[in-house]
Amino acid sequence: MNPALIKPPLFLACLAPLAYFAWSAEADTLGANPIEAVTRGMGFWALNFLLITLAVTPLRKFSGWTWLVRLRRMLGLFVFFYAVLHLGTYLWFDQFFDWSAIAKDILKRPFITVGMATFALLVPLTVTSNARAIRALGGRRWQQLHRSVYLIGLLAVLHYSWMVKADVSKPLLYALMLGVLLGFRVWWRVQERGRQMAGAGLPKPSRRIIPLVVRK
Amino acid sequence: MLIHRPDNITPFEITPRPLFDRRREFLRLSVGAVLAGVLPAAQAKLGPIRPSAYSIGETQTPFKHVTGYNNFYEFGTDKEDPARTAHSLRIRPWTVSIEGLVRQPKTLGIEDILKLAPLEERIYRLRCVEGWSMVIPWLGFPVASLLKQVEPLGSAKYVEFISAVQPDTMPGVKNRVLDWPYVEGLRLDEAMHPLAIIAVGLYGDVLPNQNGAPLRLVVPWKYGFKSGKSIVRIRFTDSEPRTSWMKSAPREYGFYSNVNPEVDHPRWSQANERRIGEFSKRKTLMFNGYAEQVGQLYTGMDLRKQF
Repeated sequence: MNPALIKPPLFLACLAPLAYFAWSAEADTLGANPIEAVTRGMGFWALNFLLITLAVTPLRKFSGWTWLVRLRRMLGLFVFFYAVLHLGTYLWFDQFFDWSAIAKDILKRPFITVGMATFALLVPLTVTSNARAIRALGGRRWQQLHRSVYLIGLLAVLHYSWMVKADVSKPLLYALMLGVLLGFRVWWRVQERGRQMAGAGLPKPSRRIIPLVVRK
Repeated sequence: MLIHRPDNITPFEITPRPLFDRRREFLRLSVGAVLAGVLPAAQAKLGPIRPSAYSIGETQTPFKHVTGYNNFYEFGTDKEDPARTAHSLRIRPWTVSIEGLVRQPKTLGIEDILKLAPLEERIYRLRCVEGWSMVIPWLGFPVASLLKQVEPLGSAKYVEFISAVQPDTMPGVKNRVLDWPYVEGLRLDEAMHPLAIIAVGLYGDVLPNQNGAPLRLVVPWKYGFKSGKSIVRIRFTDSEPRTSWMKSAPREYGFYSNVNPEVDHPRWSQANERRIGEFSKRKTLMFNGYAEQVGQLYTGMDLRKQF
């Protein structure tokens, strides 16, 4: 499968939630509190894309479709895209750029604090999602940095559940989905360790052999 | 000739062009005219309605939002849920039992309750703890008229209002998001205040189910959740009732829950509010703008501690 063929339609599909909200706003079908509907809708889709992005690797491993990983960067950037819209609607339509009120809100309301932290953590990942940054950081450090996406996932679900007044059934569903996705990682790590431990008995594990190249 | 051909159409039979072009609006106007004919009938069902000096002159929130954006968790936790599902609520027969610290407990049928006092239109602000507000033309009568039906004992200090639970008509009560039945409460002097009403209608007609039919509490100087819907039981007590929201999150919801821009809720700033239908926010008023009428109920109290 050639990812170059999938990318353009996938890009358009990722814009569909935004198009839906724009169309609904125009048609006045967002209900009595359209601003709240848009703010929540954008946050909801940032979280959805986060889970979709986190699903890429498990899906690749189970299906063997290695090309999936080449869609991951775009999906990840859409997390940031919807997070910017989510934060933007809050700053503009909810607070009207009243910075002192915003600062107070961040300090006082735990779910806002967590939301802001989540957004702040997304920024370095967005900035470094290009080949140049990978080269500059080196693959290993780049990967370490991008592991913060697991923390972002946990914070995003926490932000969602603290926002809800009483009925936490939907946040719980998201926590469950995130748990499954992160659970795969834990499981793979445990397996990897097992392999390494089993290999420890051997005089020299093959993967640690450093080829000697005689240089002049 | 057997086959009759009609004469040429006379000019007055032709729909005027502007009306022809605006058929939709014409239809809407016609429906409006029919409804206007029905409204007096609804009023006849509710009896004569008189205006009240307690009404405010602010723009009323459109009917579709008043009846389409509701917190009534018995019918689901999304605000659009009650409008969709509350049609199933059984509102007849309906009785309200008044009990607890009273000389003679009583059970009243809704038909008798509707005849207790002349109905008034009370146009009130409604401020939700979530930071939005509406202006609603309620129809009702003072809570005091209902409470006076029994003789409270001297030891009665508080009044508990208990809402209906109909598991077969309320999809939300399967979900234990709150401790059902929904319980709210007031101090006796708050309940007897003339601003506190039992509403049985809105916008000139009987109360829609999603707004708490057939009768509900409306306490305009407190956050909306204090005004219990679809009341079936009223109990006089000597100790402060533990309300459903206090049980659910005691740190967030106090017994008094007076609208107060200076006392913040951990989830929402209470300094501002968005009036449904408006773009920019408004400053929230102390006691929701009813400070002059109810302020004296709370003299000497620390409203930060007793929130």
